[in-house]
Amino acid sequence: MTIASERIAVPAAERRFSPDWLGQVFSKGLLHVVVIGITLMWIVPTLGLLVSSFRSPSDIASSGWWTALSPPFKFTLDNYTGVLNTSNLGTSFFNSFMITIPATVIPVSIAAFAAYAFSWMKFWGRDFFFLALVGLLAVPLQATFIPILSLFVKFGLTPENVGFLGLWLAHTGYGLPFAIYLLANFFRSLPTDLFESAEIDGAGTLTVFFRIVLPLSVPAIASLVIFQFLWIWNDYLVALIYVGGTADFAPLTVTIANLVNSNGQGWELLTAAAFFSMIVPLIVFFSLQRFFVRGILAGSVKG
Amino acid sequence: MIGRKFASLVAVAMAALLSAVACGTGSTTGKGTVHVLAVWAAAEQDSFMAVLKPFEAQTGIHVLYESTRDVDSVLATRIAAGNPPEVASLPSPATLTKYAGQGKLVQLDNGILDMTAINSQYSPGWIKLGTINGKLYEVFAWAAVKGLVWYDPVKFTAKGYQVPTTWADLMTLQAKIKADGTTPWCIAVSSGAASGWPGSDWVKEIVLSQAGPTVYESWWQGKTKWTDPAIKSAWQTWGTILGPNDANVSGGSKTILSQPFGNGGDGMFKSPPKCYMHNQASFITDNFVKQDNAVPGTDFKFFALPDVDPQYAGSHVGAGDAFSMLKDTSQARALIKYLTTPDAQAIWVKRGGKLSPNKSFDLSNYPDDTTKQVAQVMTGAKIFAFDAGDLMPDAMKSAYWGAVLKFVADQSKLDSILQGLDAVQATAYK
Amino acid sequence: MDFSVLLSDVPTLLIVIVGVPAVLGAYIVGGEYLVRLLPDKSRPAVRPWIWVGPALVIVGVFLVYPVVGTAWRSLFDTSGDNFVGLSNYANQLAGFPNGNAWIALRNNIYWLVLFTLVVLFFGLLFAVLTDRVPYESPVKSLIFMPMAISFVALSVIWLFMYSYQQPGDPQTGTMNAILQVFHHDPVTWVEDANIATLALIAAGIWGFVGFAMVILSAALKGIPGDLLEAARVDGAGEMTIFRRVIFPLMMPTIVVVGTTLVIFALKAFDIVYVMTGGNFDSDVLANRMYKLAFVAFEPGLSSAVAIILVAAVVPVLIFNLRQFRAVEARR
Repeated sequence: MTIASERIAVPAAERRFSPDWLGQVFSKGLLHVVVIGITLMWIVPTLGLLVSSFRSPSDIASSGWWTALSPPFKFTLDNYTGVLNTSNLGTSFFNSFMITIPATVIPVSIAAFAAYAFSWMKFWGRDFFFLALVGLLAVPLQATFIPILSLFVKFGLTPENVGFLGLWLAHTGYGLPFAIYLLANFFRSLPTDLFESAEIDGAGTLTVFFRIVLPLSVPAIASLVIFQFLWIWNDYLVALIYVGGTADFAPLTVTIANLVNSNGQGWELLTAAAFFSMIVPLIVFFSLQRFFVRGILAGSVKG
Repeated sequence: MIGRKFASLVAVAMAALLSAVACGTGSTTGKGTVHVLAVWAAAEQDSFMAVLKPFEAQTGIHVLYESTRDVDSVLATRIAAGNPPEVASLPSPATLTKYAGQGKLVQLDNGILDMTAINSQYSPGWIKLGTINGKLYEVFAWAAVKGLVWYDPVKFTAKGYQVPTTWADLMTLQAKIKADGTTPWCIAVSSGAASGWPGSDWVKEIVLSQAGPTVYESWWQGKTKWTDPAIKSAWQTWGTILGPNDANVSGGSKTILSQPFGNGGDGMFKSPPKCYMHNQASFITDNFVKQDNAVPGTDFKFFALPDVDPQYAGSHVGAGDAFSMLKDTSQARALIKYLTTPDAQAIWVKRGGKLSPNKSFDLSNYPDDTTKQVAQVMTGAKIFAFDAGDLMPDAMKSAYWGAVLKFVADQSKLDSILQGLDAVQATAYK
Repeated sequence: MDFSVLLSDVPTLLIVIVGVPAVLGAYIVGGEYLVRLLPDKSRPAVRPWIWVGPALVIVGVFLVYPVVGTAWRSLFDTSGDNFVGLSNYANQLAGFPNGNAWIALRNNIYWLVLFTLVVLFFGLLFAVLTDRVPYESPVKSLIFMPMAISFVALSVIWLFMYSYQQPGDPQTGTMNAILQVFHHDPVTWVEDANIATLALIAAGIWGFVGFAMVILSAALKGIPGDLLEAARVDGAGEMTIFRRVIFPLMMPTIVVVGTTLVIFALKAFDIVYVMTGGNFDSDVLANRMYKLAFVAFEPGLSSAVAIILVAAVVPVLIFNLRQFRAVEARR
């Protein structure tokens, strides 16, 4: 801690260039303008899609979405009713949960175990394995489909036999490199004295992991959970390859993609479907937001 | 002691998981199942399900239908992994032909299909398409016709335009519309990863009616080069439709390239119209109705694209849905047999969007006059050729579509574009 | 929509939600219990393998095994029967600089540089700025929203944004409508070979800033508040605090996010596949690999491209190794 505070001892000359009033003007006025300005800019595409989702296909094709915001207001719910009336939507919604929840829990847990070992244990080949993991992030998933599906067929891990198990494992394999990489980085940055004091107290490896490492890494784990959840929720190709598009197993993404027929008709339904499928990821994001709080670490270091 | 507690926990959890995992998978009751993989989604999927309904009711076989637009890659992966669906339908017979060559398909004229019925109901052309090395591997349940030029009869009459019956008439009409200050054509080729295909339809229709069926066949077979004068002049003929710098088309090259093909005909219904003619297969009428609030018969009609060389009058390009069997099961046999019957085909035809390739098919099954007329174009064709692009290997087809984009962007590069296609042709037909 | 299925299958879901973590927890607790049965001396040698074991096994099966297979396959011809050495690589890398693989490689470099830097910049900017406003949560949620959208929906959004109508007609695409306000002719954003790649990268950036923001924000929240307070008490300006305190402490996380973004840029596929299919000179290696595998049915060539893609990540790994060692050394 002392090292850090020494580092920020500011030379007098530099201080003169940033007088208090300037800092205050920046933080109070410009800051709000910049934050709100960029945010508004950022939501324009989404807003356009949202407005379009309440318009008829002929309106979408003939005028810009912003024209709908002035009279005459010609909004319609047709796109939403079209999506909600899709056969099999309920089943695929459920399937998406059946796929996403375990395919998030398994890799995040296994990654947490591994990241702990990578950051605080010494073993043969540690750096090599770690770097190999990062390198494997670059593997294009399309190159793995045929060998893995062949294995599944050979060992009977097809959906008819084991349901979603094969898909959970595949998502775990694909998600682990990023998960371990992210978590190991956070675990590694935890102060060494934490571990030393825990050792003095005679705490075992499990206690250190569950009582110290995990609670202190909550923001990192929360962000990892968010991403893993999102990626799997929005995955189309991996599910299509390993469990297929039959009614019993198709996740929401596959069902939604089938709103558009082979001649491209029905594209207007995708506007509403995008918002429908966004609901769950946004709920996950909102509920995990509260774990991003400053100072979780600060208190414990002091104590 | 902690160990024993957790050991029991693991046991309970494992048991619960396995039962959960196995749940909902044991529903293979009755006379078994058959997996079908195809591209039809949305309303098409509903139509296909309607076709399957009487089959399931009669036989007790449960059909597990799977739909994806990435049907080629999904099928390739499943075949390579040794887990193909029993039955698959692909838009391009070329891919199935390739699998037939690799021995991945089940021969159909070897006791599975009643060949006397097939031979009496299908014209030899359709049977020949599905025959590889003398054995039948593919059958066609439904068909479509390309080269239909859509127009607005009210606007045509208002301007005194006549429906052309010969290529010369078409050229005269085109010049007249241009002289009146409007672009004659609306063309749109944007289609995501498949961008370019609507333009490729133009080229293959012109190859067939300008160079004739013999050249057409040796062209898709990869025996006639793209730089061959016959093929090159087909592109040039299309160039006379596009006009110098695509000036005969509403919006020029930028609009052709960027407009989604589904919106291609919208310009005809604008007031004043942006164009008077749009060449597209019959599915496009759905878009006219939905996007342009147009009424079939009053707001839009079609004429068959005239033949360039009168020598090949009455030639038309069509497409079809080829079915193949990848695993020989009694359920799959029953299904494929069922799909070749006129009764099964009529179910979808009545719901709209498809034609039947079956000779014994009753025209009264077509749901409206426009569809009936489209069917008559097919049945009345003197020379009927299957879509050349769908018969080429995928790599060739994809390069062909890409070439359309380059040609539209800059017609003067035709020679180098065709040389590029020749290079692909040299490796794609292996 | 028929929700009855949710009721009938909810028990299954609950069993999975309870059962999966129970199995995982039982594994690690049971494993640690077994380690304790060992003599004191051998515990440190065995313990790490209990912790990394599951990860190594699963990654071994799902990634290492296919990659080794792909590398092996890349040395054989289309049929897979004849060994051809490196000629698949030579085939793909021929025709510099106008060969199709080179165009894809060039575009990947654009992706790598532009996508990575701009996403990092905006991610850091949002993480730091939103930290200082009372309405942090709603703003972050709005910025994050594109992440919650699937790539297919993202492409639909951007095809709307880039939509082109003839000059003089009312523009339906937001970008061209903005140009129209400035009396500029509309542009075919994704159908013009000169700008298509940039337009695709812009869509990718929009979709991924939320990713960088969330992780960087988590790291920022990990910086103890009293450290920043102490700096403020010392009279340091906000810019100085950012440069001298926040930035150095966040560096390891920036490296993690940067590395991940570089790898995502190398793997860029969905946006290109859906929006242009690689036409208009916008192809990238992953899309090329996909096309070679599933359109051209050239498994040998496709495998070679996949291996080129994986090999391209080596410099990033070397950089990470240095970073990794530096953190170790500082302990």
